[in-house]
Amino acid sequence: MSTLEIDRVRKTYGNLEVLKEVSISIGTGDFLVLLGPSGCGKSTLLNMIAGLENISGGEVRIAGKIVNELSPKDRDIAMVFQSYALYPTMTVRQNIEFGMKIRGVPPAQRDKAVRAAADLLQIIHLLDRKPSQLSGGQRQRVAMGRAIVREPKLFLFDEPLSNLDAKLRVDMRTEIKRLHARLGTTIVYVTHDQIEAMTLATRVAVMKGGVVQQLDDPQTVYDRPANVYVAKFVGSPSMNIIPGKIEVEGGSATAVIDMANRQAVRIPGIHLSSQAASKYAGRKVLIGIRPEMFSVGNGQAQGAISIEVDVVEPTGADTLAVFQLGGVEVTARLPPKQVNARASATLAVDRSKVVLFDPDSEELIN
Amino acid sequence: MANALAQHKPIDEALPRKTRIRFGRLLIYGPLCAMAALYLMPLWVMVVTSLKPLDEIYSGSFIGLPQTITLDAWRAAWSEACIGTECTGLKPYFANSLLMVIPAVVLSTGIGAINGYILTKWRFPGANLVFGLLLFGCFLPYQAILIPMARTLGLLGLAGSIPGLVFVHVAYGICFTTLFFRNFFVSLPDELTKAAMVDGAGFFRIFWSVILPTSIPIIVVSCIWQFTQIWNDFLFGVSFTSGGNSPMTVALNNIVNVTTGRKQYNVDMAAAMIAAIPTLLVYIVAGRYFVRGLTAGAVKG
Repeated sequence: MSTLEIDRVRKTYGNLEVLKEVSISIGTGDFLVLLGPSGCGKSTLLNMIAGLENISGGEVRIAGKIVNELSPKDRDIAMVFQSYALYPTMTVRQNIEFGMKIRGVPPAQRDKAVRAAADLLQIIHLLDRKPSQLSGGQRQRVAMGRAIVREPKLFLFDEPLSNLDAKLRVDMRTEIKRLHARLGTTIVYVTHDQIEAMTLATRVAVMKGGVVQQLDDPQTVYDRPANVYVAKFVGSPSMNIIPGKIEVEGGSATAVIDMANRQAVRIPGIHLSSQAASKYAGRKVLIGIRPEMFSVGNGQAQGAISIEVDVVEPTGADTLAVFQLGGVEVTARLPPKQVNARASATLAVDRSKVVLFDPDSEELIN
Repeated sequence: MANALAQHKPIDEALPRKTRIRFGRLLIYGPLCAMAALYLMPLWVMVVTSLKPLDEIYSGSFIGLPQTITLDAWRAAWSEACIGTECTGLKPYFANSLLMVIPAVVLSTGIGAINGYILTKWRFPGANLVFGLLLFGCFLPYQAILIPMARTLGLLGLAGSIPGLVFVHVAYGICFTTLFFRNFFVSLPDELTKAAMVDGAGFFRIFWSVILPTSIPIIVVSCIWQFTQIWNDFLFGVSFTSGGNSPMTVALNNIVNVTTGRKQYNVDMAAAMIAAIPTLLVYIVAGRYFVRGLTAGAVKG
């Protein structure tokens, strides 16, 4: 059993509140990603779980045990750092076994653990090298090896891939996912890269300004973002947020987007609870549409949108079309060669996935 | 035609450019050699004078090669020359200097290393203030602390002794060594200490196993700097010791300044050479580390 509970944890530096009552709870084998921009407090939170920073308020429990006052070595954790933090004067082998040496593990057992970890990470041939003789990816593996031999209850990763080049990053991402599948250890992983969060996590905590904006599985975070901030942070290109209003007729909601000098765009059949429908009927809302929810449609269909394409950005697999809708710039992800720049086009919207936000609180309307 | 011209052009230019480069080199190396000769002149005079018999010095020039080479002056300076009333040569004072310089260098470097480690990796409220005050110590003129220090040494019962001198040099040296180590350790990533903490290492274990092995260059810098400063110090030596406890530099001064009869230039020069050799040796043995260590930390990675 290796659960992690973060219970109303706060962090203050003097008068500056870095974390405001953060509560996160994950189960055994979960892969929690703390996602947010720099300065959102995610690394601070990780350091507090590790015991490298003091906890100003609240409780952190690992496997049900309060660890607030425990030093890092007594928390049964292992950590992988952004800069890898390999001991520069030690060989790879010495790096990996340093912790075991301190804990007084006998040499034979140490050697066995080093071999097993090196085998798992395919770094057997590097054991006698110094960190300076390794490439970035190899250093990353050594850093993970150092964590694995600890056999901890909890792995902590602090932006482990951000120092690698793009290609290697994708490879190592797969590697980490495979490692998690094989070891089944609970992981807390900090990143500002939403793709890493989407691909790795079983639970994502999106953070901003020391507050958890949403804690959910990645697909929910993507499909039903809790607020406009999360909607824009997760996904690339980010979700289009278009001002509009709601009209309710006979239990069916229609999103209406005003166009400057043309007929308003109407997207009928929006999912809305009856409670929300009565509350927002006739009121202004923010309409969230992901770029891939657009498709090329025909002019006759209900809810078709005719637009004037401004810019076309082919990415190979698909083409991004940028146009104006409801007074904001909107991006649509379309199959290649379907639309042309500075030409009109007709698009359809997958209305089952359209989400609505309150214009004042920017919270999701359920 | 145009093609042919284009091909010829570089060859035409090649010759004058080469001679121009050669002339430029001459302009650089000429003055450099001249300056080097100028700076080496005193050393040259010292060496040749120390190898000449006294008669030759009084009859000939200072600069010329010795006609008869003799090590008598060196022998006299080492074990026979009179310092005050005792004619023991520099030997016992050389020993005094070693007894002073070795513990002083080891202690000041060690304390500086721990200070630097704490000031960078175990920061506490007011760490910057402490560091600022330590820096201030680097700019304190020696003369300013003579009287308070004499009083302190008296209270500690260390007045006039070699341990007292060690104490003074350690106290004065910590400012510099802390500065060296602090600036070196600042370039080591903090994640290194964090990783070691997660691995279960404590304060001294991290210092000993992780931090110190990476800091050989700066240890060498600190040792050279401290060795040179302490070995060459005259003011503290003359102020805080007397008679048989004096360091080398004070004894040298006494040999040179206190003479009866003809001034023994060859013995003076030999004595000065003996006083200078240890620092020279330190630079020759560890000099390349010195340059490397001084620039370390300037470039990350």
